[in-house]
Amino acid sequence: MAKVIEGLYYSESHEYVKIEGEFGYVGISDYAQHALGNVVYVDMPDVDDEVEAGSEFGAVESVKAASDLIAPVTGVVVDKNEALDDQPELLNQDPYQNWIIKVELSDKTELDNLMDAKAYAAFCEK
Amino acid sequence: MNNRLYGNLIFELSQEGRRGYSLPKNRFGSYELPASMRRAEDAQLPECDEMTVVRHYTNLSANNFGVDNGFYPLGSCTMKYNPKINEEMAALPQFSGLHPLQPAETTRGAEAICTLLCKSLCELTGLHAFTLKPFAGAHGELTGLMVIKKYHESRGDESRRLVIVPDSAHGTNPASAAVCGLEIIEVKSLSDGTVDVEALKALLAEHGPEVAAMMMTNPNTLGLFERQIPVIQKMVHDVGALMYYDGANLNPMLGAARPGDMGFDVMHINLHKTFSTPHGGGGPGAGPVGVRQGLESFFPNVSPYHGNFAVAMRAYAYILSLGRENVKLVGPLATLNANYIKECLKDVYELPIEGLCKHEFVFDGLKDKSTGVTTMDVAKRLLDYGYHAPTIYFPLLFHESLMIEPTENESKETIDGFIRVMRQIAEEAKTDPELVKSAPHNTPIGRVDDVLAAKHPITTYRQLKADLS
Repeated sequence: MAKVIEGLYYSESHEYVKIEGEFGYVGISDYAQHALGNVVYVDMPDVDDEVEAGSEFGAVESVKAASDLIAPVTGVVVDKNEALDDQPELLNQDPYQNWIIKVELSDKTELDNLMDAKAYAAFCEK
Repeated sequence: MNNRLYGNLIFELSQEGRRGYSLPKNRFGSYELPASMRRAEDAQLPECDEMTVVRHYTNLSANNFGVDNGFYPLGSCTMKYNPKINEEMAALPQFSGLHPLQPAETTRGAEAICTLLCKSLCELTGLHAFTLKPFAGAHGELTGLMVIKKYHESRGDESRRLVIVPDSAHGTNPASAAVCGLEIIEVKSLSDGTVDVEALKALLAEHGPEVAAMMMTNPNTLGLFERQIPVIQKMVHDVGALMYYDGANLNPMLGAARPGDMGFDVMHINLHKTFSTPHGGGGPGAGPVGVRQGLESFFPNVSPYHGNFAVAMRAYAYILSLGRENVKLVGPLATLNANYIKECLKDVYELPIEGLCKHEFVFDGLKDKSTGVTTMDVAKRLLDYGYHAPTIYFPLLFHESLMIEPTENESKETIDGFIRVMRQIAEEAKTDPELVKSAPHNTPIGRVDDVLAAKHPITTYRQLKADLS
């Protein structure tokens, strides 16, 4: 059973965003890392790049497949998790601790389009 | 098989100064290359005698596994048998000895083969004209999209930059579109794996005038026939876009249904799938592209001569040896074999989409997931029983995809043997899961560390040496 954490917002493509003030930490859910299998490469945007909700902002490559990362929110990338360059397996170990990018949100109302933990857990069950 | 020799790289068998060939005594005096043209350091080549080289590669080749060795149910790849008569025809010296630059009046026979093959492909697909130039399936896709792009440009319709592909599509579709300078939009599948017509309608309503084409594989990558194809093709044509047929799954259609009749405008054919020419590294490949009437003037010149002529020769030999009547058996037999395996295994493997499939189908791993045995483990264990593994983890619609395509060639005995082994593995997963998880046990090389291989690939001997030191 995949772990779902309270207080985060989740997308149907299995990214989460964790809100701290004006910023959001974006990563992939435990369900996603489990489905992907061993992650071997993470393709991340650069700091100052813009990401748009619903659009691809990078990719995660596992031994099974390469999957696009879809931004759950719109904004500017203010930081990226560079540890993933050398240790992509961190996403398997703890995907919630190891966010991928930190975004300065441009529109907080976008969060209304995402699922809360309860809705996401039910979505994964389907 | 000599394991000791197999276990070595040719570089590791190298002995300084050893030679496999001796040059005749120089009778002409010496000539030194100018210093500026000489390499700075010696080439690092292995030094072996002829017999060592022959043994090394012969032993290596004995570890190859092809359709000539055994059952090869690699889904999506149509690993059908390559009849030896194809090879005999392609090896005829009148054809194999041709040079592409020799005078045209001396190559009429080869040209006739190309013309006749194109004619046969037109008849089998319902399209108007074919080019044999593309060198492989993906090259064919690119060529076909170039036709579509030029067609739109010829009408002054330069704004069409989008290509719609289903989310179940082969990865080459978006890749080809990107190489062609086009952009991809994905259309969702329904829970039965076919294109969601309502979602397509919404996409076309939003992007209609920007859509260049829709690419489809029919039957799709789940082996399911797209029943809505008449509706889909009409919707796409109504917004002024063209329909592209990915010929990867043409095999079950062969002699039964034709892409041209379904409303497709452009298609490629993988001769190495449907028309029994050698695959992949054993190629070279060929990806002929066909178009409906009116589009033939947009064929780009993607290769200087006739593409891989010897491959075309093999495909034509295959078509002729089947003949007009027998070619109609290919699709139904491939379909029967796939459905038979599916029905015999669906009580122990998870079948996500019920119903008739075409030439292939997808299981979503073992039915009993409690053992922790994955699709990867099942595939590895199959190697122990002497089978090539099916395609795994594709399509991406399911987490544990296991895609099986038996082709029309296999006998009932072979197929029953495979079914027995698949059931045996499902049983082992319950009684001795570790045995399956640590497979393969009977192959020259056991379970490889695929994470390490992906993160730190070692591709040259020099790199291996550096790593070891």
